[in-house]
Amino acid sequence: MTNPDSRTLRVLKEKAHTLRVDCVRMVHQAKSGHIGGSLGLADVFAALFFKILNHDPSNPDWEGRDRFVLSNGHVAPILYASMAHTGYFPVEELMTLRKLNSRLQGHPSRTNLPGIEISTGSLGHGLGVAVGMALAARQKKASHRIYCSIGDGESQEGSIWEAALSAGHHKLDNLTVFMDRNFIQIDGNTEDILAMEPMTDKWKAFRWHVIEANGNDFDDIFKAFDMAQNYKEKPSIILFRTKLGFPVSFMDGVSKWHGTPPGDEEAEKALQEIEAYYQGENNA
Amino acid sequence: MIRFLDKNVFTQVQKKPTRDAFGLATSAMGETDDRIVVLTADVSGSVRANWFAEKFPDRFYNMGISEQNMVAVAAGMAREGLLPYVSTFGVFITGRCYDQVRVLLAYSNTNVKLVATHTGVTVGEDGVTHQMLEDVALMQTLPRMRVIVPCDTREAIKALTAVKEMEGPFYIRLGRQSAPLVTSEEAPFELGKSLMLQDGEDVTVIANGVLVYEALMAAQTLAEENISVRVLNMHTVKPLDHEALMAAALETGAFVTAEEHQCLGGLGSAVSVWSSQNKPVPIEMVGMKDQFGQSGKADELLDYYHLRAPDIAQAVRKVLKRK
Repeated sequence: MTNPDSRTLRVLKEKAHTLRVDCVRMVHQAKSGHIGGSLGLADVFAALFFKILNHDPSNPDWEGRDRFVLSNGHVAPILYASMAHTGYFPVEELMTLRKLNSRLQGHPSRTNLPGIEISTGSLGHGLGVAVGMALAARQKKASHRIYCSIGDGESQEGSIWEAALSAGHHKLDNLTVFMDRNFIQIDGNTEDILAMEPMTDKWKAFRWHVIEANGNDFDDIFKAFDMAQNYKEKPSIILFRTKLGFPVSFMDGVSKWHGTPPGDEEAEKALQEIEAYYQGENNA
Repeated sequence: MIRFLDKNVFTQVQKKPTRDAFGLATSAMGETDDRIVVLTADVSGSVRANWFAEKFPDRFYNMGISEQNMVAVAAGMAREGLLPYVSTFGVFITGRCYDQVRVLLAYSNTNVKLVATHTGVTVGEDGVTHQMLEDVALMQTLPRMRVIVPCDTREAIKALTAVKEMEGPFYIRLGRQSAPLVTSEEAPFELGKSLMLQDGEDVTVIANGVLVYEALMAAQTLAEENISVRVLNMHTVKPLDHEALMAAALETGAFVTAEEHQCLGGLGSAVSVWSSQNKPVPIEMVGMKDQFGQSGKADELLDYYHLRAPDIAQAVRKVLKRK
């Protein structure tokens, strides 16, 4: 994997923009859901789903696919938007989010939606599942990679550190984890609720290769995934520094926007700021 | 009927720990099925996972003392087409990991077999923290989860082997202590199909696990009092054998349930739920009555908590008065 050329970069920025717009619309019409993390992660998910993952959305069970586990299942909107726009299911279906009989459950459900590797939403589960997938891939001598998204607040769960110990112990270099390090959880700043710093040192102490990167900068995102994939003998974690709700200014650093849906006016304002950011990026 | 019973059960009954079945069955299955992996959490000797590990070191995973991660890892492996048999003590594999079992096995419908080797008061001297008496309750209420409580080592091996061919999550409850060999080699094991070990007309004793032997002994005592007892080995708590229960309700008209578990949430509850909705009959229950165990020898504890043949016989006499 090499860094994207300018044309690819332009496409990815457009994709990230589309994902953000859909996330706002989905959560707004559902009147519930987690918008802040979904927006902050949009650039990472655009890079992952449109460029980095080796997958075939028309054949979600393809044996050779890279696996992706969303351990922080509450950011389902960004996952669903990414899946719809890469062709797993029709884009129109996005607006069924959280509605009765929808395949798009509030948190991802494996038995409802093809392409979901495992049901998540209860925090601290997905990383262990990804470790199991990585061990299985090693046992089967398969060459696909395993990707797993976790939250910083989620990492207050003890089971994350059980899984972290396990991946470090088994030297799972086929596993790439990334953390949405936005310092925000439902009740406030992670460092006020239950301090996680020094985050980098913690993962290093658990025998991980740690990469720090700006999760809202495509050059940084690609560089980080590239470093992770080429590192041998240890699992890699990318600590993506992101902003909650990015690029919506009124969500930045405000924990309310972890899990509160925007009202009509807020959604309108958010979409305007997302559009302005996109225009600015295009002219940059 | 007698062909279901070990020939020595009424004379010189043999005893073997049902946990041995885990080592025996996984080691045998591993020979022919390379999907099988065994996971345990620092109790490989206790659960007999070391028997598998010696033969198949590359398919054995000691996950350390981290049971929640063990269940998550097993779910991930199952998604990749491996067939994980996961074993530790009943308290840890159901209680400590309940959320992982609920979401990653039951809700996600993954092909993972959970095997508890230390359950009930017969865990003995270790006391309450290790004597799981609520596991069947936790597991049988989960959608998709199926629950088996074998009565002896032979039946346990058959159950562990049978679930290999059945997709989805299972909970199989074994025991630490030596349990009487009740069933014969020839006795069939079919999921959800109880074994009638003895026919009778006056009452049906519905038992599982180590209480099946006690039920047979109780039936012998009661025969001397001219009470004719049907004994059902209800090894599968879920799915429950509704057909056998209906026949027993119609033909005997009274039930006694017997289990090494809380009555509330266990076999007694399951039978009562069925009966109340389908064919109400008087029911008495032998089991733990909303109480914890304590340290002691397995045999002493079975006596102390009234989980013996005389207790079942007493429950039968009581239920007959309610007919």
